[in-house]
This record gives sequence, C-alpha cells and structure tokens, in this order.
Amino acid sequence: MRVVTVCGMGFGTSLMLLMEVQAIAKKHGFAVDGEAVDLGSAKGKDCDFMVASGEIASELDGESVEVVAIDNLLDKQEIEEKVMPVIRRIAETKGA
Amino acid sequence: MLPLCQDVVLLDAEANSAEEAIRLAGDLLVKAGKVAPEYVEAMVKGYQDIGPYIVLAPGIAIPHARPEHGVKEQCVSLIRLNQPVAFGHPTNDPVRLVCAIGGVDDTGHIGMLQELAGVLGDSGKLEGILAAASYEELQQVMQ
Repeated sequence: MRVVTVCGMGFGTSLMLLMEVQAIAKKHGFAVDGEAVDLGSAKGKDCDFMVASGEIASELDGESVEVVAIDNLLDKQEIEEKVMPVIRRIAETKGA
Repeated sequence: MLPLCQDVVLLDAEANSAEEAIRLAGDLLVKAGKVAPEYVEAMVKGYQDIGPYIVLAPGIAIPHARPEHGVKEQCVSLIRLNQPVAFGHPTNDPVRLVCAIGGVDDTGHIGMLQELAGVLGDSGKLEGILAAASYEELQQVMQ
C-alpha cells in the first residue's frame, strides 16, 4: 500500500511522518511505500491514505482517501494508534 | 551527531512573537555562514503563508524553508525562549524551543531530522534541554 505524507513544504514534518509511519508499519509486518509532498502537490495524489499534522490535514478534506491527522509528531504512540487501524483496514480491503 | 555547535545555540532567547523567534533562530544560521539571509525571510514567509504547523509537538517549533531558498550547508539551530511564545497552534502552543533547520536537497537531511526527533521526542532529554544552564550541559543532554 502507499502513503502520502503532507506538510507545508514537503520537506520537514512530512519527511518525519513518512519515516515514522513506515517504521510503525514495518514493526507490525506491513510494507508501506510512500512519498512526502507539499500541500500544493498533495491534492489528488494516487495513494491509499494520507498522513499530515492536524493543521495541514484540515486543508485536505476534499481528498478521496482517508487523511490521518497527527497533533504531536514526536509522539510515536499517537502516530501508531491513529495510523495502524487505517493500515489494517486497507490491508483487509485489498485482500493482502 | 546533530550539527549543533555553540554558535547556533541560544539558551536565553527573548522574542515577543513567533516571527521574532523564527528570525532569531534563523539569524544564528546566517551568522554561522550556513544559510543566506533570504532563507530567514523564506522561513518567516512560510510561517505566515502556511501557518503554525511547524509547531510539531507541544512547545517545539521547527521553522524551515526549501533548499533553493539559500541553504549553503545542512544545518540546525536551537533557541530556548525565556518567555514562551504563542505561534497560533491549536494544541501545541506555547513554544519554548525553536529549531530552525535547513537541508541542501530533498532527502539528505533525513538523518538529521531523525536525530532531532529522537532527542526532542525523548521526554527525559527534552526536560534536560529545557533545564540546561549552559551550552556544555546542553551538549551532555543531547549526546
């Protein structure tokens, strides 16, 4: 499955999120590839879900995929608790 | 190891606004020769245009712009504000620590971000940074 992480410039917090989401997915046995992008490039990107800080996520409400909003990007537990249910659901839907 | 030498650290910073705090953190990088002055302007503009999402965790902001805005060398600065400053973030205000970061390409700074996240995401280390009385103490905490 594929994740797109989003921040204002596609350079700081989105990269942090991408690394964290991939590490968490791997820990639970899921392979997630993905890309960190800026808000302008995120719209309509082909992916299974998106992850962004709460501030940015509210700008992504028109997306067709689920957008996970993270408040504290340094809190691995928050990221895991919010992202894993989405990853599991997508994995089931895809029959993986 | 984070590229945090003494000339890019300020433990008793005074700022009255988010913009002032971003400029202080950015000016350290300018003085150290790591970024051009326009990089600081780009960071301020980024904050004004896109908003307070750079406050990535309670009390911590990481202002940055893009490599093409004048980064000479991958870098990070750290300022600790004597008085916390509101950046306008709904859950993570007010800000005590501002780490301005700069990278020279799209992904070369991933290692630096990981290290920074590792230090700032460790509550013991974060407490140590907030309490450090000197640069030397800060260095010990960061290791």
